[in-house]
Amino acid sequence: MIDVAVVAFTQRQEDAISGESEVEFMVPLMEQAKASVGLTQSDMGFTCSGSSDFLAGQAFSFVMTIDGTGPVPPISESHVEQDGAWALYEAWVKIQCGGIDTAFVYGYGKSSPGSVRDVLATQMDPYYVCPLWPDSYAVEALAARLMLEGGHVSENRLAEIAARSRASAASNPHAVRTDPKSVAEILAEEYVIDPLRPSDLPAEADGGCAVVLAAGDRARELCERPAWIRGMDHRGDAHTLGVRDLTSSTSTRLAAHRAGVAADKVDLAELHGPFTTSEHLLIDALGLDEDSTAVNPSGGALAANTMMASGLIRIGEAASRIWRGDGDRAVAHATSGPCLQQNMVCVLEGD
Amino acid sequence: MSADQPAARDSLALPAALSAPVTLPEALAGAEPVESVCTPIRMAYTYTPGRALSRYLRAMADKRILGERCGATGQVFVPPRGVSPLAGAATSEVVELADTGYVESFNITRVPIERRPDLKPPYCSAWIVLDGASVGFLGLVINIAPEEVRIGMRVRAVWKPDEELETSAANILGWEPTGELDEVITDYERIGRVEASDP
Repeated sequence: MIDVAVVAFTQRQEDAISGESEVEFMVPLMEQAKASVGLTQSDMGFTCSGSSDFLAGQAFSFVMTIDGTGPVPPISESHVEQDGAWALYEAWVKIQCGGIDTAFVYGYGKSSPGSVRDVLATQMDPYYVCPLWPDSYAVEALAARLMLEGGHVSENRLAEIAARSRASAASNPHAVRTDPKSVAEILAEEYVIDPLRPSDLPAEADGGCAVVLAAGDRARELCERPAWIRGMDHRGDAHTLGVRDLTSSTSTRLAAHRAGVAADKVDLAELHGPFTTSEHLLIDALGLDEDSTAVNPSGGALAANTMMASGLIRIGEAASRIWRGDGDRAVAHATSGPCLQQNMVCVLEGD
Repeated sequence: MSADQPAARDSLALPAALSAPVTLPEALAGAEPVESVCTPIRMAYTYTPGRALSRYLRAMADKRILGERCGATGQVFVPPRGVSPLAGAATSEVVELADTGYVESFNITRVPIERRPDLKPPYCSAWIVLDGASVGFLGLVINIAPEEVRIGMRVRAVWKPDEELETSAANILGWEPTGELDEVITDYERIGRVEASDP
């Protein structure tokens, strides 16, 4: 196995970026990420991105954003219609194949031009479910009801998660939901979709992020304290909600096992839980102890959920805390699909 | 969390209910099979074109065509997207282009396109290089028989009447011959190519 580290990360998240196209706001992020480690596009062995045509509302929308990398002469490049975390996974595999020691990864999404709750209905089964246009918040509320009625979680516990996210987000300049609220204040909120309250829902954002990966000695040259990827795995639960246990995240548990999460202490965890309910399931599936692990020090996806970037941002947030020495061992998680259908777990360590 | 293998429900074996062969209930024995379903999908987007394209579309309402220059190579792109694909960087300058140029390539369409009754075959689509631009863009050549269109032919924009102008690329109805001498293209190798910046 080739040692690969995250050595650079930039991000931008705002509640709506209306005046700039995707490529216009991504170009500065791409340039800054590469420049922060003294690299240019021609230094990159591979480039991979994550985005969604369903958000952009146009086919092959990612092609226009590739212009921002300067792909002339042609570059070695790939794209996933997924969160950028899966683009990072592809880049990691590419480095494992040998022959390159750097990779450039980015993810971005603007959900503000459309109704993201409806857009997400199109990821459901096209014959039985999508024609009913299930609102993505309502689908999560089905899982939330099962969790509450089954005694897997309490409304108080969900409010605690929401309150912690808001408190942590106050010091994150990229978060969009940063106003503090107490557990009592959150419990006093009116339900949006019973049993979910506004603070249980993701703070939808527009934006993107960019990451540079480097292998072995190259990573040590570029970064004083690289965030080494010590384990990474992704697993998917069934697409059909009816055959899944929505009160548990089996695929996260399996990915965590294969990524080696439990092999040592976890100083901090950045979890891509769009809802308080999903964050609760993730903490359980990853086996995290909140007394010894700082969970979502950035505020997480509850504080800013940029579609197709939020998972990669979790990896970047975790890595930058390793660089700064805020921790020695971190877990980053990314999700995709309804009710935590697909999950990626990444273990990052400093030397 | 235990480092042991996860519980048995992660096993790949199908539940018994899914592994049994499917048999139809008697009541459905003679039912006509559903061979296709129609599930219309419609989503509304408030599309925002961004800085470069917004400027371009606003200028269109004044019958002006804007391009953008690459700071690294000096080349001018139209329509502009705010970024130079050669440099992988934001463009450095907005450039106003003439509404004249020449045909770099063309084709003649002889079959109708569904939903475009306004396009009467045969018609000529062309790749038009505006004076001052480094790349071509797509337009129709009009007010001439398609068979007479040729590479190098000089053309000018035919705009909609002033009272019908919008912030839209549709303001240009097409491109008509100017009657000037043809552009002499000596380097056919160059057509469709842009020079790469030095790495």
